[in-house]
Amino acid sequence: MLRLLNIEFQKLKHNKASKVIIITYFVLITFIALIASIEFNFAGIKFRIADQGIFNFPYIWHFTTYIASWAKLFLAIVIVSMMANEYSHRTLKQNLIDGLSKKEFIASKFLTVGVFALISTIFLGIISMILGINFSDYNEVSIIFTDIEYLLAYLIKLVGFFAFCMFLGILVKRSAFALGFLFIWWVLENIIFGLLKFKLFKGTQVAESIVQFFPLESMSNLISEPFTRLNFIQSAANQLGEQFQKDYAVHWYELLIVLTWTAIFIYLSYALLKKRDL
Amino acid sequence: MLVFFSTLIFLPYQTSLKLAIYKFWNLEFKKLKKYTSSLNLFFIHTTIIILKTFVTKKSYCRLLLYNLQKESELENILTLNNLTKNFGTLTAVKNLSFTIKKGNVYGILGPNGSGKSTTLGIVLNVVNSSSGDFTWFDGNTSTHEALKKVGAIIERPNFYPYMTAAQNLKLVCQIKEVSSEKIDEKLEIVGLLDRKDSKFRTFSLGMKQRLAIASALLNDPEILILDEPTNGLDPQGIHQIRKIIQKIAAQGTTILLASHLLDEVEKVCSHVVIIRKGVKLYAGPVDEMNASYGFFELKSNQKSALIKWLSQQKEIKNYKEENEIVTAFLAHELDAEDLSRQLFKEGIVLTHLVKRKESLEEQFLQLTDKQ
Repeated sequence: MLRLLNIEFQKLKHNKASKVIIITYFVLITFIALIASIEFNFAGIKFRIADQGIFNFPYIWHFTTYIASWAKLFLAIVIVSMMANEYSHRTLKQNLIDGLSKKEFIASKFLTVGVFALISTIFLGIISMILGINFSDYNEVSIIFTDIEYLLAYLIKLVGFFAFCMFLGILVKRSAFALGFLFIWWVLENIIFGLLKFKLFKGTQVAESIVQFFPLESMSNLISEPFTRLNFIQSAANQLGEQFQKDYAVHWYELLIVLTWTAIFIYLSYALLKKRDL
Repeated sequence: MLVFFSTLIFLPYQTSLKLAIYKFWNLEFKKLKKYTSSLNLFFIHTTIIILKTFVTKKSYCRLLLYNLQKESELENILTLNNLTKNFGTLTAVKNLSFTIKKGNVYGILGPNGSGKSTTLGIVLNVVNSSSGDFTWFDGNTSTHEALKKVGAIIERPNFYPYMTAAQNLKLVCQIKEVSSEKIDEKLEIVGLLDRKDSKFRTFSLGMKQRLAIASALLNDPEILILDEPTNGLDPQGIHQIRKIIQKIAAQGTTILLASHLLDEVEKVCSHVVIIRKGVKLYAGPVDEMNASYGFFELKSNQKSALIKWLSQQKEIKNYKEENEIVTAFLAHELDAEDLSRQLFKEGIVLTHLVKRKESLEEQFLQLTDKQ
């Protein structure tokens, strides 16, 4: 296993573009901390975002994981290109000739993807912890570790998404097209959702229950948006006579759906690689 | 061959019965060698048992056993069994079977598009076969494990363009699970040591090809597979690559060289496999390719008398005239001295006499035309 990781690390280490994007990705995650310093004057009232409760435990877990998961698009570029480049440089062929089995090839890629997700999670965990300890109103240990499952959801979400990227990279063989395909897929999922929601099953919840099984939708369902959970937003909404009744929790079946997709994507990547002549 | 020689050694001591056994056995053995190696081994064992009962003298028996063991130890590196590959309706490789034995230098010959690269692709795990199978090292290991003991370059060198020569080779070492100590040594062999820290994308085609050879040598392979190694190179590049191949062949490494360049194959190979349109035309030693006794190139001032005489000889299969030279093809063994003496007796004096064997090119063309 270490050998496979080493092989992949060696390939990435010397690739300048990948290195730059990976560093940017982690810097972006760190930038969440900068939100703390956002201040603005609103009609004479000094308004500081950090004081609005976004860094309160346990809410912070929800907030940071949600924000940080947008940055995953950067790593998507790296992962897609690390798959597609093996095709365009024809090095996949050479790797196989040199004695890497197709299974090992997929394993080395997926392990790398897993390590990316794990490092991101740990990194985010540390940053959230630091921010929380500095800004949170509540610092009891029991409160700090409530809702920590958002980190698990974040990890699974990344793994699932990266496995999808990996599959697209192998399927399309060209990084730019694979990323385009990813976008098209996202648009398609939304169109299908729109059709189901507003045409076929108007006024019911059927559309949601179907769409939750779609790959990208299931991943985004893992961590629902945290903004409407904020006190000041809710009170603002209340004043407008609107009520948010939303389930923000991470559910086991959502994790299961994403894990199933991950397994499917890995299997499909392997099957595709096995079937193709190079 | 060893078996055959062992039979020869015994000959003076044989009684007629034993001789008959050996003859029969040798014949059967040769026939059976074509089939799978397991059948081959099975036959060796039964022969040993039979011989143990018939041959009384223990020393013969021991010597024979020794030779038989040696024969079976001459391991098969690669065995192809009725390999077939279809691309849609096109059949690129059709029922191809041959065996690569350790220590020989093999050439796979065939015109462009004859299925050479596809065949190599199949055994190198990058192309899936439609039917049939192949085994590396008598089937003792899985294909990808076997490939770690193989060095191969296919068509054009594939490396990571953004990595340097040394970095690329290090990656190969990691994949092949060998230590990276030999990188410098192998780069030295191909003459790239001074460019080891240059990025692969800055290399010329010839340098890329040489780097590919260095990479194939990293694990001190049991067999080196080269697919068109001189394709697209300039004369110097071709010369360099050939020198390297000859150097490696001289060290006793088994080599499988696919090429459509006949002189390239002729210079280094002891065995050839000839393929056309995916069908095997011939597999075996180069010099047994055509059952040919060679030919004479003759020149004489009494040309008509010469031709008349030639047409009457049963040793001469046929002849042809080209400019002033008469080429006479032999149907039986005949050496130049005999021919010269006979002609002189007839009063025909030669001004030019050369005995030659067909070059690989001529044999190849004969073979591919025949089909």
